[in-house]
Amino acid sequence: MSETGSGNAGGGLFNRLRRGLARTSGGITEGLATLVAGRKRLDDDLMEEMETRLLGADVGVEATQRLLDGLSQRLGRGELRDAEAVMDALRTEITDLLRPVAQPLAVETAAPPFVILTVGVNGAGKTTTIGKLAARLQAEGRSVMLAAGDTFRAAAVEQLQRWGERLGVPVIAQPTGADAASVIYDAHQAARARGIDVLIADTAGRLHTQSNLMEELRKIRRVLGRQDPGAPHETLLVLDGCNGQNALAQAEKFRDMVEVTGVAVTKLDGTAKGGVVLALAERLAIPLRFVGVGEGVDDLRPFDAESFAEALTTE
Amino acid sequence: MFDGLSKRLDAVAQRMRGRGRITEENIRETVRDVRMALLEADVALPVVRAFTEQVKERAAGAEVAKSLTPGQAFVKIVQDELVRTMGEKVEPLALNVQPPAIVLLAGLQGAGKTTSAAKLARYLHEREKKRVLLVSCDVYRPAAIEQLATLAGEIGVEAFPVDANDDPEKIARKAVDHAKRHYFDVVLVDTAGRLAVDEAMMDEIRRLHGAVQPVETLFVVDAMTGQDAVRTAAAFGEAVPLTGVILTKTDGDARGGAALSVRHVTGAPVKFMGVGEKTDALEPFHPDRVASRILGMGDVVSLVEEVERGIDKEKAEQLEKKLRKGGKGFDLTDFRDQMEQITNMGGIGSLMEKMPGMGGMQERLQGQMDEGRVRRLVAIVNAMTPAERARPDIINGSRKRRIAAGTGVQVQDVNRLLKQFKQMQKMMKQVKKKGGARRMFEQMMPGGGMPPGMGR
Repeated sequence: MSETGSGNAGGGLFNRLRRGLARTSGGITEGLATLVAGRKRLDDDLMEEMETRLLGADVGVEATQRLLDGLSQRLGRGELRDAEAVMDALRTEITDLLRPVAQPLAVETAAPPFVILTVGVNGAGKTTTIGKLAARLQAEGRSVMLAAGDTFRAAAVEQLQRWGERLGVPVIAQPTGADAASVIYDAHQAARARGIDVLIADTAGRLHTQSNLMEELRKIRRVLGRQDPGAPHETLLVLDGCNGQNALAQAEKFRDMVEVTGVAVTKLDGTAKGGVVLALAERLAIPLRFVGVGEGVDDLRPFDAESFAEALTTE
Repeated sequence: MFDGLSKRLDAVAQRMRGRGRITEENIRETVRDVRMALLEADVALPVVRAFTEQVKERAAGAEVAKSLTPGQAFVKIVQDELVRTMGEKVEPLALNVQPPAIVLLAGLQGAGKTTSAAKLARYLHEREKKRVLLVSCDVYRPAAIEQLATLAGEIGVEAFPVDANDDPEKIARKAVDHAKRHYFDVVLVDTAGRLAVDEAMMDEIRRLHGAVQPVETLFVVDAMTGQDAVRTAAAFGEAVPLTGVILTKTDGDARGGAALSVRHVTGAPVKFMGVGEKTDALEPFHPDRVASRILGMGDVVSLVEEVERGIDKEKAEQLEKKLRKGGKGFDLTDFRDQMEQITNMGGIGSLMEKMPGMGGMQERLQGQMDEGRVRRLVAIVNAMTPAERARPDIINGSRKRRIAAGTGVQVQDVNRLLKQFKQMQKMMKQVKKKGGARRMFEQMMPGGGMPPGMGR
């Protein structure tokens, strides 16, 4: 794993995102200027082109409809000045849609440790997100401990331990096949005894349709709740930014089963445009905490509505 | 996974059904519905365009206009096009070369390459009796090499020992060399996950491909992937010549649009699909069967094959004899064996999914009939003495308490199991009576409630 992101000039979320998106074909408004040029009004052809681009970025049918409605209301039937006006309008629409869900994670509790339970489907990037999140919290001057709750996947425990070694963070683990709830219980005891500020618990990836595995997550929550009525303080759902509309189904099921309180969207530095973030904001009101924009340790950023909208709509 | 798409198409057909005649107007409307259904199923936009164009053209033609039931004719067109887009027949791996045949797996991070490598190894090892060597060239992700080695140990194939400080190309060369000298039939090369746009990583897979000269280069793609599936597939296809696709995580509720997109873009056929967490959950991809599954027509052929594999023939014959005698001699041991066989076949959910008309049942069942509950039933029977299993009538209160304590469940759970067993016995007597089989079938169907003995 390289650390390309560290110490990079212009390493803001906007720049990282834009760089990621620029790798393929720019944002969804790429080449829009040529399209707008020569048109007097926001006509059906242009609207259809916008629709195509939004759908092609995984924005989803519902959110696309909302954005287009907003766009035509904003621009009305008046004369179209230039592409800039269309882009500005779209950017404002997207920002408005995202702002309510852009809520940073507040790591505060009267009785530490603050417990973060991470959940998600297989391969969403949970373990990597935990590593990056731990690095981030550590840099903020907090003491962190990790709990290797993924006792199912082969070598998942080792993967988390590597992160622990790299960051100098203690990892509480039992061999693969152990009971996840008991690992996390142990970790909570240890964290409390050592006066740790934040405990981040990993869990095995599970498809949201497997009710028996979802039941296991509920058990983990119960066990934690018995230790500290406030725990887990955050149940963080990790979503793969390359996923399409199925991300909505994932978020809905996880929310219903384990009261997800925040979402982290990973892999936004790939070719996927992450438009599903808009679909999520339109359908569900779960706070968006972080986005993963690269492979480096510091490439997990707090989600920011303006930067995201800007990165999506920039040429 | 394909349930959602078929539901949407059903709704489209329903609306067409009400129309006596097909006009250009309502074709356009309906095609728009199909387009939305496909987009919500995460079929990539270019594929949707090509698909709807084709459907529109054919719908405007004579076959629909002449038909007395335009709705059905329309759905038939959609079905044909679905099959055509996915490829018409099963494409097996082309491993008929001078051994070792080398298979390279490539794909995005988290698509499921390592798991698929292990599943494929097990498939080739168990069903095609090949001698398989697994090798991981993922020196980047922490513990990726250990993951593959552990899985290899579980399924009983050899993993090539890898030093994480080595160059991936060198590792692959060494592994192939080892396979040649030790007479392996197949070498499965797992590679580092990558974001398609990462030039350095794409360059690495290119070099790996050049170094080992694989006969099969399989692109591993997550069934939940969105619009990006086409871009990624195209990028990989440019870097290395893809010969096939493995579609993973199809046991979720993804509508499976990626299955349509990837084939369309790369031209490479989907050869396998991952259908569960365990290493035996890999099936050859049958486009025609999957198309009928999308349309809610069930996949009986796969079901029969699966049942044949999962069932212990001898036990099945014994049970059949007992059934013919109207359940005489059907005891708790048989009951337990049946439960175990259901588990062996990948759980009731995976069976239901393939049964015609049972699509909707699956969701209802999943909660009630999960593996944990089946395991608990089996455990309760295991806690009984042989005498108790043969003659459940002798189980009195004190025996029940002992069984409950031995299993770690409540006495009520034991009672429930005994009740289910009795109902099942009764059902078998009905089968023997005239017309009983039909009555039993009716009981099993949705609306008739669950067959006794399943769920609470």
